[in-house]
Amino acid sequence: MMKKLLALLLALTMVFAFAACTTDEGNNEENNGEANNGETNGEGTESALKIGVILLHDESIGYDFAHMQGIRTACETLGIDWNDNSQVIWKYNIGEDESCHSAAVDLVDQGCNVIISDSYGHQSYMTLAASENPDVQFLIATGDTAAVDPYDNTHNFFTHTFESRYVSGVVGGMKLAEMIEEGVLTDANYNEDGTIKIGYVGAYPYAEVVSGYTAFYLGVKSVVDNVKMDVTYTNSWADATAEQQAAEALLARGCCLISQHADSTGGPAAIEAAVQNGAVCYYVGYNIDMLTVAPTAILTSAQNNWAVYYTYALGLAQQGKAAEIDVDWARGYSDGANMISTLGDSCAEGTAEKVAEVEAAIKDGTLQVFDTDTFTVDGQKVESYTFNSSTMNSDYSAVLYEGQDYETIENGAFAESVFRSAPYFDLRIDGIVELS
Amino acid sequence: MSEHSPMDSREPLLRIAKRDALPFWKNWAIRLAAVVLALLVCAVVVYATVKLSPLKVYAAMWSGAFGTVRRSWVTVRDAMLLLCVGIGLAPAFKMRFWNIGAEGQILIGGIVTAACMIYWGNSMPTSLLLVVMFLVSALAGAVWGFIPAFFRARWNTNETLFTLMMNYVAIQLTSFFVSKWEHPIGSNSVGIINIDTRAGWFPTLFGQQYALNVIIVLCLTLFVFFYLRSSKHGYEIAVVGESERTAQYIGLNVKTIVMRTMLLSGAICGVSGFIAVSGVSHTISTVTANGRGFTAIIVAWLAKFNAFVMVLISFLIVFLERGASEIASQFNLSEYAAKILTGIILFFIIGSEFFINYRIILRGRKEKKSSCSK
Repeated sequence: MMKKLLALLLALTMVFAFAACTTDEGNNEENNGEANNGETNGEGTESALKIGVILLHDESIGYDFAHMQGIRTACETLGIDWNDNSQVIWKYNIGEDESCHSAAVDLVDQGCNVIISDSYGHQSYMTLAASENPDVQFLIATGDTAAVDPYDNTHNFFTHTFESRYVSGVVGGMKLAEMIEEGVLTDANYNEDGTIKIGYVGAYPYAEVVSGYTAFYLGVKSVVDNVKMDVTYTNSWADATAEQQAAEALLARGCCLISQHADSTGGPAAIEAAVQNGAVCYYVGYNIDMLTVAPTAILTSAQNNWAVYYTYALGLAQQGKAAEIDVDWARGYSDGANMISTLGDSCAEGTAEKVAEVEAAIKDGTLQVFDTDTFTVDGQKVESYTFNSSTMNSDYSAVLYEGQDYETIENGAFAESVFRSAPYFDLRIDGIVELS
Repeated sequence: MSEHSPMDSREPLLRIAKRDALPFWKNWAIRLAAVVLALLVCAVVVYATVKLSPLKVYAAMWSGAFGTVRRSWVTVRDAMLLLCVGIGLAPAFKMRFWNIGAEGQILIGGIVTAACMIYWGNSMPTSLLLVVMFLVSALAGAVWGFIPAFFRARWNTNETLFTLMMNYVAIQLTSFFVSKWEHPIGSNSVGIINIDTRAGWFPTLFGQQYALNVIIVLCLTLFVFFYLRSSKHGYEIAVVGESERTAQYIGLNVKTIVMRTMLLSGAICGVSGFIAVSGVSHTISTVTANGRGFTAIIVAWLAKFNAFVMVLISFLIVFLERGASEIASQFNLSEYAAKILTGIILFFIIGSEFFINYRIILRGRKEKKSSCSK
């Protein structure tokens, strides 16, 4: 019995081997044909720009919606019809796995010459696709290896999100000051050392998140000095339930001001419900205007204006200069790439004026978000901190792409997003506690 | 009460009765009719909700799954992976052992595969490494499947809950290893393993990146088909599945059969983890299994554990997934809208099984065969 089975298996393996052999030749020819077509298209007709977009979710998630808005605005500015499949192809709900690579090469097959991905986890799959398609430009949002990888056609970009977060922190601080003045805070809102409890829902313990919550904290602290912040992680970029539970847990700990670096509206919705039931707590959102979800609890949201980058990059691509797009692009408030959303009705009096003042100071460079005079690490002022741009594994034993060392403390401040667009501020400063 | 009045209202309008086995062609005619009906209903839904031509939508679905050679291979790749889990589950489910733990068995197989690629990728030739990874992933999956089977055999624990909980253990283990192996540091993802050397990746056979996936899975499919149909083990599994007491009565050692079958079931699911990591994604993450462990249950049940029908069902499900994604992309629809269509089609196909097993008798209609004997 077993022998017969084995013989049958072997026979079938060979059949499949032959079948695979025969189809293989046809495939190669077709692939070559497609590749040739692509080339002639690219060279023959002028500015035959076709854009492929790979999104982690769809417009129901704020982060992806912000990117979609950015690309749409850029297209409208440049006279590209984003609703036309022959000019822009959108791929939704593409996971951070092999489906990203499949989507990218499929977009190449469809003739796209610029491909955008919006999530960090897409990066290695985009890079793989880039190594296989040197004539196509890959724009990888929030990525961190384009500058050090050996490929010319990968590009990273990021806005100075920490600037928006600082400003949104100022908005939160103004509200906090008002709450202290009105005496609505209770003992539950204070730690034993007399500091006021605020909270933050973070996605992952990445530098990107650390940089963001530190900026928010420093923004609050610039208005109300005696605050301590609890950070809790959801370990997901967008998990409405986890964010809701995290926000509720922070509220239960006595936090009276909460912000988030996560992509859903689970947190503000939970706080809004609590506020309706008499809780005293306010929320600062992220990505999109969240006032519709939480009209009372939301003060404002820190936002990125991705249209600034997309207009720049797609504009170059339209002129046939896609290869000249910056390998690593980072801009902030001064270029309009960062902002906060409309101030909610709950905001303290004078917030708008204060925001305008802080924004102006960030734009003209007189205010540095990570001014080393404003924070300490283990009780010490930070005098020097080295950032290495190599791509390393977690025990530093394997370097994938060799980078270099940079001194990050310049002119009395931590220079964030200067040596690489993706944030690298990963100092854990005093006054912030990571809970999980 | 010797006579029924023809208008006897106690007789319900519709009655259902079990059918005798239908001839092969009739079975498939009913299924085909179900698909056609489903497509008609979908057409109405599509037109009513988004005002698109249903034909265009179907064309988009087809093009999403088979539009280019590359897309066809992606469809084949995904179908093979789903099929592999399905044939892994079939022996367990045929035995009426509710193995909800395929997700975890895939992940465990994936973790050991990733470990081999990371630690031995540069010190072992890929051909040898592939054999090693195949074996250790099968072993890991087998262990993961064996644990609940052992507890069930020994202490009669509930295997549904046990296998389900083993999934969460596997997911946590995966998170642990992801943070251990993360690359680059701070990214909380392992990235593509050996992106520069491609060590431990499935080789391109006959010019096709996914040829080896197809070969391994089809060999396993054949093996499971004959194992269940023609081997003594397969017969024992069928008996235990029909009635454990009968099996005991005729002298079968049910405990041994349960544990042995779960070893096999877990091993095949572990191998699908090996294929998922080494042959498809070249990384490991908590979404490596991506719900396939659960979708494959549908595959196994719809096919009534017939390995060849499972090939068909796997392709159908992957076709619907790829199609839904393409509809969303081509018409800028939310993918959820597209998934409604998938739901309708699956509903009809599952529903058709009812009409294969039962027939409906209208009130007043005489039953053909057995109506007089009452």
